[in-house]
Amino acid sequence: MKLQGLNPRGSVEQVMKDVKPQASKNAAPGKQGGLNAEIQSRIGHQLRAMYDDIVRQGVPDRFADLIRKLDLPEADPQTGNTGGQTVKNDGRE
Amino acid sequence: MPLTDSLRDDILASVPSLRAFAISLSGNGDRADDLVQETLLRALANIDSFQPGSNLAAWLFTILRNLFRSDYRKRRREVEDAEGSYAKTLKTQPAQSAHLEFEEFRAALEKLPQDQREALILVGASGFSYEDAAAICGCAVGTIKSRVNRARSKLSALLYVDGAEDFGPDETVRAVIGGSGG
Repeated sequence: MKLQGLNPRGSVEQVMKDVKPQASKNAAPGKQGGLNAEIQSRIGHQLRAMYDDIVRQGVPDRFADLIRKLDLPEADPQTGNTGGQTVKNDGRE
Repeated sequence: MPLTDSLRDDILASVPSLRAFAISLSGNGDRADDLVQETLLRALANIDSFQPGSNLAAWLFTILRNLFRSDYRKRRREVEDAEGSYAKTLKTQPAQSAHLEFEEFRAALEKLPQDQREALILVGASGFSYEDAAAICGCAVGTIKSRVNRARSKLSALLYVDGAEDFGPDETVRAVIGGSGG
């Protein structure tokens, strides 16, 4: 019986057989293995350098002020109104 | 939990790394600081929902990340329009070689898909565990790991390998091996 010629699935399987070994050839040894250690540590280093550079700038005044103001124990709810929205007073007074 | 002095101090102490996260995500300092400000306002408004003893930084990062996501969707078109002028501002930096390398790195980081970029920053720079990063991004730990790996190999390709040639096979491999997707 010549299944190969009759069954359309036969050709798909054939394609998969062709693709798989080729794919693993491209994936593993050439790329991952080759660029590993040195390049990866360099990338990690650059990423942290960029990030730490910003971290070292500390807390800009605008944020320190913001948190300090909002921390006031409800002395004046009006000052808490930082957005564009109007805060409703739900009928008190 | 109510806003105690020590909690307020802890929130303030998180600001520098929140900024670093915001700037690394958005690549834009002004917008990043607006994001941080909105994060702080949200956090303070919802401070009652913070569980004492849980990871404050992770909680704040989650807020910022979600804000960035919704903001990003809203602004997508604007950003695309402005992209040309933004690219120009990057290129007017002084051409010292260290600085140039730094800008190259930032440009490469910008080219990563958002999922991969945030995973890489959280794990590789902010110092979160894979578990915390997964919680921040609302996905499985395995998903974070694969995003970080893909981000690293893509950055390698962009920065150190001859770019274009390497992406072809990579896509094929992903299509064949993957399928489970994030």
